[in-house]
Amino acid sequence: MNHDTYPDAYIRDILLKHAVFAVVGASAKTTRPSYYVMKYLAAKGYDVIPVSPGLGGRTVADRVVVPSLAEIGRPVDVVDIFRNSDAAFAVTEEAIRIGAKVIWMQIGVRNDAAARLAEEAGLKVVMNRCPKIEYGRLSGEIGWTGVNSRTLSSRRPLLGPKGGQQRTLRDET
Amino acid sequence: MSEERTPGFNTLAIHAGARPDASTGARVTPIYQTTSYVFDDADHAAALFNLETFGNIYSRIMNPTQAVLEERMAALEGGTAALAVASGHAAQAIVFHTLMEPGGEFVAARQLYGGSINQFGEASRSSDWHVQWADTTDAESFRAAVSPKTRAIFVESIANPGGIVTDIAAISAVAKEAGVPLIVDNTLATPYLMQPKEYGADIIVHSLTKFLGGHGNSVGGVIVDCGTFDWMASGRYPTLSEPCASYHGMTLGETFGNFAFAIACRVLGLRDLGPAIAPMNAFLILNGIETLPLRMQRHCDNARQVAEWLSDHDKVAWVNYAGLPGNSFHGTAMLYCPKGAGAVFTFGLKDGYEAGIALVGKVELFSHLANIGDTRSLIIHPASTTHRQLGDEARERAGAGADVVRLSVGLEDVDDIIADLDQALEAI
Repeated sequence: MNHDTYPDAYIRDILLKHAVFAVVGASAKTTRPSYYVMKYLAAKGYDVIPVSPGLGGRTVADRVVVPSLAEIGRPVDVVDIFRNSDAAFAVTEEAIRIGAKVIWMQIGVRNDAAARLAEEAGLKVVMNRCPKIEYGRLSGEIGWTGVNSRTLSSRRPLLGPKGGQQRTLRDET
Repeated sequence: MSEERTPGFNTLAIHAGARPDASTGARVTPIYQTTSYVFDDADHAAALFNLETFGNIYSRIMNPTQAVLEERMAALEGGTAALAVASGHAAQAIVFHTLMEPGGEFVAARQLYGGSINQFGEASRSSDWHVQWADTTDAESFRAAVSPKTRAIFVESIANPGGIVTDIAAISAVAKEAGVPLIVDNTLATPYLMQPKEYGADIIVHSLTKFLGGHGNSVGGVIVDCGTFDWMASGRYPTLSEPCASYHGMTLGETFGNFAFAIACRVLGLRDLGPAIAPMNAFLILNGIETLPLRMQRHCDNARQVAEWLSDHDKVAWVNYAGLPGNSFHGTAMLYCPKGAGAVFTFGLKDGYEAGIALVGKVELFSHLANIGDTRSLIIHPASTTHRQLGDEARERAGAGADVVRLSVGLEDVDDIIADLDQALEAI
């Protein structure tokens, strides 16, 4: 996988086919990007698990924080990393151990060695991207804020199940 | 459309931002003539106000018709995001509201559109922002005007009415050295002729009223965030780099990354100052943009022929159009906008001020009015109108001296455009 640019179909496939996100480096502060991402993904119907060693047992974004990936105790699809690029390597090793299917590193986080390790173990990898932005981009929601989605389509966007101001991704494969 | 393919400019002009309506399937973007939007529930409302999710709250801040226009403009300029507002002047006011603190300075070309010279030189004082003027033909003059208080550099890609094609790359180098964003007003070129981001612009503003809307029916403006400037690198832009009190301490530059400037302009500038674009105007401008590439090429082709014809006329002292070989900006024009040098240019009448006033009274196809970028051909004598409020020296510097007539060449048959100028010049 070329980690400088990802085809939209690759990202869409990851977002469509996975349901459980573990967010490593979740912050208790409601003004941090990790908080927005957790709230948004949860609103889109994903099962979101905040992970932070210092916050274990506390409630963040309406969810109980688990101290480590190993302690989640149920299958995890995507490990979303809100840590610095160096720290992403150890998180990736742990994610492989618990059987995660996708390593997702947030904007500003990139560790090519970790990506190689994960891909050799059969995981998919996304680096330097945000799942909230990608979901908003591919569903068309992000255009409501004047953001360039870099997508064109002559097909009607799909409304989400919960209301008029929610869109959802469609499987265009 | 396959993933690897990058759509061309003509395709983007028609499709960017505009999928069929999710509820009705309407193919053309509807005019969402509404002030407000129903929340799904209280949690959804809270998430919207906290900027946790995407969605519409109130049409002073966002509107679905406006949003299509914004995404279209961001795509055409190669930017990350855009904000459409009530006018080009509103766009500039919001840009500086977002960048500046009291006591701050910015450097701007003294050859700008007269209205911008007023806004920057006079109106900015009440906010305690101070413009330092530089010469858009001389990048060194920008370097000399930069000080530790400088927060931005502002130029026009093609100066109105002086017809100067700015060497944006040279001025961008000065901005990068100074660690400040380069703002380019790309109104006269439009992204069809030139994309300033390619030459180092960080923020692009437009009057949408002109060639983008293109039909003389709607006033509008836009701010495009190129996503190229690092707002967190210095402490100079606290609006973006410091926690924001009215959003519970969120740091906009951190949360919104490479489109944070456009977001800050919306959720602070537009929210607090209020110059929202009317949905109807956004719709009409969007309709205009669909044919921008075709119109702009014809505007330029007509303008070049009119300029050539005027160059040979006995009563014309000079023609200043960068599209003509021999013009001092022809080389820059060939480099920056080889498809054409725009459709707005000036010429001088040998008989000066009185002849200029007489000419605008004799034309029958050209409309005598203070706009540019209409399907119709337009004429004005700047010294007695748009640049009237400036002093003689400032008028000369802006390329609007006493003998100057400005044309905005329209889309009529070029023979008819020339015939009208011919009869009017005969009559004076």
